[in-house]
Amino acid sequence: MKPVNFDYERPATLQAALALLANEERIAKPVAGSQSLGPMLNLRLVQPELLVDITAIPELAAIREDKGVLVLGACVTHAALEDGGYPDPTRGVLAQVAAGIAYRAVRNRGTVGGSLAHADPAADWVSALIALGADVVVAGTSGRRIVPAKDFVVGVFETSLAPGELVAEIRIPGLSANARWGYAKICRKAGEFSHATGAVLADPARAFARAVIGAVSGPPIVVDDAKIAEQDPGEAWVAAQLAGTPLGDDAYQIRIHHVALKRAIAAASIQ
Amino acid sequence: MKNVALSVNGKKIAATVEPRTHLGDFLREQQLLTATHLGCEHGVCGACTVLLDGRPVRSCITLAVACEAGAVTTLEGLENDPVMAELREAFAAEHGLQCGFCTPGMLISARDLVLRKAGADDRAVRIEMSGNLCRCTGYRGIVRAIRRVLDARKKTKA
Ligand SMILES: Cc1cc2nc3c(=O)[nH]c(=O)nc-3n(C[C@H](O)[C@H](O)[C@H](O)COP(=O)(O)OP(=O)(O)OC[C@H]3O[C@@H](n4cnc5c(N)ncnc54)[C@H](O)[C@@H]3O)c2cc1C
Ligand code: FES
Ligand code: FES
Repeated sequence: MKPVNFDYERPATLQAALALLANEERIAKPVAGSQSLGPMLNLRLVQPELLVDITAIPELAAIREDKGVLVLGACVTHAALEDGGYPDPTRGVLAQVAAGIAYRAVRNRGTVGGSLAHADPAADWVSALIALGADVVVAGTSGRRIVPAKDFVVGVFETSLAPGELVAEIRIPGLSANARWGYAKICRKAGEFSHATGAVLADPARAFARAVIGAVSGPPIVVDDAKIAEQDPGEAWVAAQLAGTPLGDDAYQIRIHHVALKRAIAAASIQ
Repeated sequence: MKNVALSVNGKKIAATVEPRTHLGDFLREQQLLTATHLGCEHGVCGACTVLLDGRPVRSCITLAVACEAGAVTTLEGLENDPVMAELREAFAAEHGLQCGFCTPGMLISARDLVLRKAGADDRAVRIEMSGNLCRCTGYRGIVRAIRRVLDARKKTKA
């Protein structure tokens, strides 16, 4: 199938993009890499009247370091993060996650901001950025606000973005020298969306310890506890976390989510 | 309708497109460049892969209008490319194709792999090529063809 007819603008500034999105006369949608929106347009799952392409806005394409924090413009691509060559206080963690997203042709266009805004529970950045304790800088016509990634994703394909708001930046705190990170994604085919994700970060120097169970039936499950990031808490513990969710009665789902978390913890323990 | 100025296989083009036209349809229907194949049209199969500014992209989920000022290269534009010449020969010799539907996308992705990951082992080749689906060959011939090119290039370098 082909998309419905829509209009298209490609503003050169964030202000112009926000103004276009604020106009309520037309159903407007931002578009970045179009790697999630493109399929949805082709299937007519979304039928906008106007697409506002935000990829020509220079500040959204930048990667910079700000006092030990890695700051990614929303339109930084997965491939740029995979390839490295930027100042990286997160010590290569993002490159590893990026390389496991989809396929190179998708990574060349898909963006980190688009991935978060799309909020697919199975998306890699959704779990990884929450585990890293990242903040999302949201821009609207009335200014900017900062939302922890953990609170940004509120449901399946659901975020705390208000209509007309854009993800402008993602701020990722640097890792201390002895921080330990582990990330694992369970797929049946290389490059597909995750069936179960585990991510852990233990950074004692910053008193930060977090375990994330992702690719669940809502926002990722987040547990801030130094013990869990150190040692496999066992399948019964994972079952307890999933209890009451649509996955809670499914032995297979409990098993693969436990295995993903266990693999992430194992990866973190050998660093 | 929107105007878009871009280059296709080195030729400057000023075109008028409906914003909803994806790059794959633009190339096939307006530029009559039919080497680019369309399969799933939602990003999964890789048949439609072309180069945009030298990098492989899915033409079915890239809007033509978003390629303003970009340089698009299709398989037709790689006829005299030295890596493509090696891949063409290797795909024929190793049975890397049967019906040929996936082949344009396979070749574009394989060329990117050869240039970006010269040291790839067979497992890495399979992972890198996992975004291109083939219904005929069972992939072994494709992996062997890419292996042949990678090995030959290693030898000429040594
Ligand atoms: C075949 C295939 C396999 C894939 N596999 C994976 C995978 O394994 N793991 C994974 O994580 N992802 C996967 N993806 C998705 C891919 O990572 C997308 O790039 C990503 O989900 C969306 O980024 P985008 O820039 O393309 O966003 P778009 O498709 O342009 O937009 C997605 C949504 O976000 C909104 N949006 C975009 N940018 C912003 C912004 N800055 N502010 C506010 N709203 C915004 C849009 O309006 C739209 O609703 C896959 C995609 C394909 C086609
Ligand atoms: S037609 Fe584009 S990926 Fe299948
Ligand atoms: S050769 Fe027929 S699909 Fe690959």
